[in-house]
Amino acid sequence: MNQDIYVVIEHLRGQAADISYIMLAGARALTQKTGGEVVAVLLGHDVQSLADNMAAGKVLYVDHPTLTEFTSDAYQKALAGLIREREPRAVLFASSSIGADVSSVLSARLNLPLISSCQSFSADGRPISQICGGKIMVESDLPEATTLLTMIPGGYKPEEGQSGRAPEIIKMEAPALDDLRVTLKQYIEPEAGDVDISKEPILVSVGRGIQNQDNITLAEELARALGGAVSASRPVVDQGWMSTSRLVGKSGKKVKPKVYITLGISGAPEHAEAIMDSETIIAINTDPAAPIFDIARYGAAIDMFDLFDVLIAKVKEAKG
Amino acid sequence: MSYDAIKSIVVLLALLASFGVFGWRCYQALQIGLRRGQSMPVFGQWGERIKGLFIYVAAQLRLFRFKAPGIAHFFVFWGFLTLSLTILQAIFEGLLAYANPHFVLPLIGQWGPLALLQDLFILCVALAILYDLYLRLIVNPERYKGSHKSQGLMVLMFIFTIMLSLAVMNGIRINLGEDPSMAWRPLEQMTGKIFSGLNEETQRVIEEISYWLHLGVVLLFLTELPEGKHFHIVTSIPAVLLRNLEPRGRLPAAPEFKGQIGVKKVEQFRWRQMLDFYTCTECGRCQDMCPAFASGQSLSPKMLIMSLRDHLKEQGSVRSSATASTKSLIGDAISQPVLWACTTCYACDQECPLFIEHIPPIVDMRRYLVNEGEVDTLLQKTLANLGRYGNSFGQSERMRAKWTQPIQPVIKDARKEAVEYLWFVGDYASYHVMFSDITRKTAQVFQKADLDFGILHDAERNTGNDVRRVGEEGLFESLVEKNTAAMDKCKYRTLITTDPHSYNTLKNEYPANGNNHPVLHYTELLDQLIASGKLQFDRKLGYKVTYHDPCYLGRYNGIYDAPRRVIRAVGCELIEMPRHGDRAFCCGAGGGRIWMEEQPEVKERPAESRVREAAGMPGVSTLVTTCPKDLVMFRDAVKTAGLEGKIVVKDLIELVDEALELNKEAV
Amino acid sequence: MNIVAIFNLVPDLVEELEIDQSGTALNMDFLRLIINEFDDHAIEQAILLKERSGARVSVVGPSIDGADDVLYTAASKGADQVIKLTADFQGKKVNNHAMARAFASTLKELQADLILTGVQANTDLDGSIGPLLAEYLGMPYVGYVSGVNAVDGKVVARKEYPGGLVAEMEIKLPAVLGIQAAEQPPRYVAVTKVRQAMKTTTIEERLLAEPDLSGDVCIHRMFKPEVGTRAEMIEGSADEVAARLVGIFKEIGVL
Repeated sequence: MNQDIYVVIEHLRGQAADISYIMLAGARALTQKTGGEVVAVLLGHDVQSLADNMAAGKVLYVDHPTLTEFTSDAYQKALAGLIREREPRAVLFASSSIGADVSSVLSARLNLPLISSCQSFSADGRPISQICGGKIMVESDLPEATTLLTMIPGGYKPEEGQSGRAPEIIKMEAPALDDLRVTLKQYIEPEAGDVDISKEPILVSVGRGIQNQDNITLAEELARALGGAVSASRPVVDQGWMSTSRLVGKSGKKVKPKVYITLGISGAPEHAEAIMDSETIIAINTDPAAPIFDIARYGAAIDMFDLFDVLIAKVKEAKG
Repeated sequence: MSYDAIKSIVVLLALLASFGVFGWRCYQALQIGLRRGQSMPVFGQWGERIKGLFIYVAAQLRLFRFKAPGIAHFFVFWGFLTLSLTILQAIFEGLLAYANPHFVLPLIGQWGPLALLQDLFILCVALAILYDLYLRLIVNPERYKGSHKSQGLMVLMFIFTIMLSLAVMNGIRINLGEDPSMAWRPLEQMTGKIFSGLNEETQRVIEEISYWLHLGVVLLFLTELPEGKHFHIVTSIPAVLLRNLEPRGRLPAAPEFKGQIGVKKVEQFRWRQMLDFYTCTECGRCQDMCPAFASGQSLSPKMLIMSLRDHLKEQGSVRSSATASTKSLIGDAISQPVLWACTTCYACDQECPLFIEHIPPIVDMRRYLVNEGEVDTLLQKTLANLGRYGNSFGQSERMRAKWTQPIQPVIKDARKEAVEYLWFVGDYASYHVMFSDITRKTAQVFQKADLDFGILHDAERNTGNDVRRVGEEGLFESLVEKNTAAMDKCKYRTLITTDPHSYNTLKNEYPANGNNHPVLHYTELLDQLIASGKLQFDRKLGYKVTYHDPCYLGRYNGIYDAPRRVIRAVGCELIEMPRHGDRAFCCGAGGGRIWMEEQPEVKERPAESRVREAAGMPGVSTLVTTCPKDLVMFRDAVKTAGLEGKIVVKDLIELVDEALELNKEAV
Repeated sequence: MNIVAIFNLVPDLVEELEIDQSGTALNMDFLRLIINEFDDHAIEQAILLKERSGARVSVVGPSIDGADDVLYTAASKGADQVIKLTADFQGKKVNNHAMARAFASTLKELQADLILTGVQANTDLDGSIGPLLAEYLGMPYVGYVSGVNAVDGKVVARKEYPGGLVAEMEIKLPAVLGIQAAEQPPRYVAVTKVRQAMKTTTIEERLLAEPDLSGDVCIHRMFKPEVGTRAEMIEGSADEVAARLVGIFKEIGVL
């Protein structure tokens, strides 16, 4: 077994996800204790250029047409052989629709230990995971055997996993990828919203506290006054009060606006991780104990309905 | 054959035909319709019931809530009874015409005072009918929307024709000297004078025509009677006699049919409910009072009962074809939005002159829908929260008594020590962020009055009043079980509640509660404390306020005066809104509506209408409430109706607290 | 088609969670266990498939407090068979690998064509039960599924990606799916209906052999996250808050 830390790069349709860089940064932190180097594992077809800015010692690149789009079966097959042969110290996967489809299966297939939801590594090289909706942290021992880990954002910044120097790419042979049980039929694009919230610098975001669809017009008025757009958390979209194109969250969009104003959003981890890169978060929530106040820069524990009229008036006044 | 002989035969045939049709239609409606209905428990309290006949039928008490129409109907009703003898007279006159063309009923046909009464009633009825025609054709009030206008007009014309023809007929008989009681009929003497210029022959012809018109229209009316709103002429007395004498706030248990809960088909209603459907006069007084209807939603209590009647007739028809029987009760006859729009405020049942119950059929049909899972997502979520956490907010039971933390001295835990008053706080007062301050003030007022009280802390659950009214009978039973088990372990004398909804079900629906432990709403308690001198206010607040009677305190449980005495005791001037007392306009939260999505057709929310009414009272600064849901709804409505600065909404306890604080500072 | 929905019970996050004295586990004293929300969706999805295409649905869960209620509720929604796997789940800490192995033996007997379970649970520390189970059964796995259509011998699942993107995956049966959301939220079942189910349904109990507990994560310590820098709270009336907010907007350059 070598002491390298492998990072399975998470990418979709030609874009490497932020979590990939976060994992590279985490992997480097881990190598401080374990020794060895950070090795990126890239599966796909004609995607080697994705690795150009990755902070890794080298890239193990498996290129095969069948790997062009992600399917669980193909990725599992491609990775199983690779891990079995090379026996790295640890393999990091994203805790996501791609990484989670693969990591547990490999743990069972290869009979290797698995630790989930790891956010960071302690100085002693112990994985620190977040469970129970973010309420509980667990620091575990890193087992002796090759360990699989799934990672969540929050411990490291994507910038820490980037590098100006492109790493060495080692082309690996793809195993037999026929007789697959899972195949991709097609992608269904998300509803084309009138607004791309990931590009808006000012977002007024509504949560369950907005109470009903009609009240959203108040948020829209505020957004209009500020020159921004309205976005929403999952409960609002699930009710059908706003389209999915406005969803901010783990299954929606990640946003990093200049200012993110939350109205009646509690701040559950799935939402928090999608907004944590915002420059300034301002939270309005009647419950002073809501977790949103732990990640916001400014907050007020008042009723948004008391605030709307007077805030909109003052903003308009300031704009002249 | 002589004319008189023909007359006798024709009258006989007409009678047979008319009574035949009338009898057949009545049979169809009552025998078949009511026979298919579910059984009722035996009726008791006959003294009360007979008394009711005098008050509500003879004196027509509820009808006078709408003054002018009430007076008109009073005359039509008593006119009908008094003049029914003239119909009897006409029938026997006709039947016996071949033997005695001038037959007069023995005794009653010749009694002067009766003749005078009949004479006067003809005028009163005619005037009443003219007023009613004016009402229907010119005024055309909102409450008639949806009623069968043509049927109403037809019957008014019938009655007018009957009166007119009777007046003419009797008038001419007076002219021809054939009326022994003519001295007792001043008005008919006058009608007679109109024709006195004509020769006898002509007058006789007119007399006969009037006779036929009189009898004919009566017999025609008789055949029409069972068909529509005038069936109430037959069913109203049984309806009032057999009205529900249970406490208003007590719903009957959910019917069960082989695993199916609630009512899915019309024959699953009890026969007494079916009698209600037949008794509706389509007067629309219930519709006028209904907050759901006023807001623009699809529910009208009047049209609900009319639809139930129509559906029942369709289903009960002997000649029902295959298509008639495939129409569903819920869906075709009554749409789901209609059922869910009801706030169970009792305004309809309060107003109905014939004690038709609108709420129980709605709840019975809701019970079916809930059991089938046909419930909107928001309500599903709330019911799941109520089932799991015992409160509608989805918060842990352990958070229920969090509001007590800053209070010194510590509030007693009734589970651990005996108390005199067990205070059932309720969901909204315990969990809702708008209320935490007010609930604390309530505790402090109790402490200032040196009350020995305690609460159930985590063991308290939602009492289930609105859970029951939303139709989740099983969950209601489960909540009753849990609360009763918790209360049974405590030692206490009296139960007090903050919330009128809790009050209602604890008092009327929880097992054997009123017997050992009286249940008081906090306003009743305050009233008692003030009366006994335990609470004294030296300083008077001096505000001009108006008071909203909560549905479950006022209409349901008759508590109107105690809160008013408290308001006056703290030195406020009370100005009544037009809709006050048993006509108070519901805030719209009851019946589980506060747990449901708002219906799209809503034009003006009930709470907004109410705060506008309050803000419109000259000089009034404060709307006083004594129900947590009212407070929440009205404070919201003040914002959404843009009335901030014009009126504030306060719970009565806030005024009491203020008056006491002033008291303290003075000391 | 034979559909099996698997569920587990997890701590209710509505309650305050406490760490026990050892510092390596949750304090179970005041913990309320409820069905894993995603497993609830899996059961709902199974019932929806049965309503649409007449499949047979079995619901399987462990013998933990609260499981009976879940099974009876599933029966009242229309599940054809409800099974409780009995073992000492509460005495020992049972990790997901062990749980998955335990389910695998029963599922082989049930000859399931399609197995649905929640994509994750809030206590997952050694992976998720769904994919582990799939591998122990030698079946393919797709997770983050929010819609399922069964078409002779194959299943098409809608797999959710971030940003609202969806991928339609075709999967050969038998297979395991990790459900993110059912096509409609789990339906409410009236208390009376569940009570009726209690009278008419028998929960099949299957005794499990000693669970193989390997795969456990060795917890060094469990702790609550430091709150870190909390937001600067603005106090005062709505007017005062609004004024301060406008000030902040100006400071950060939005106004």
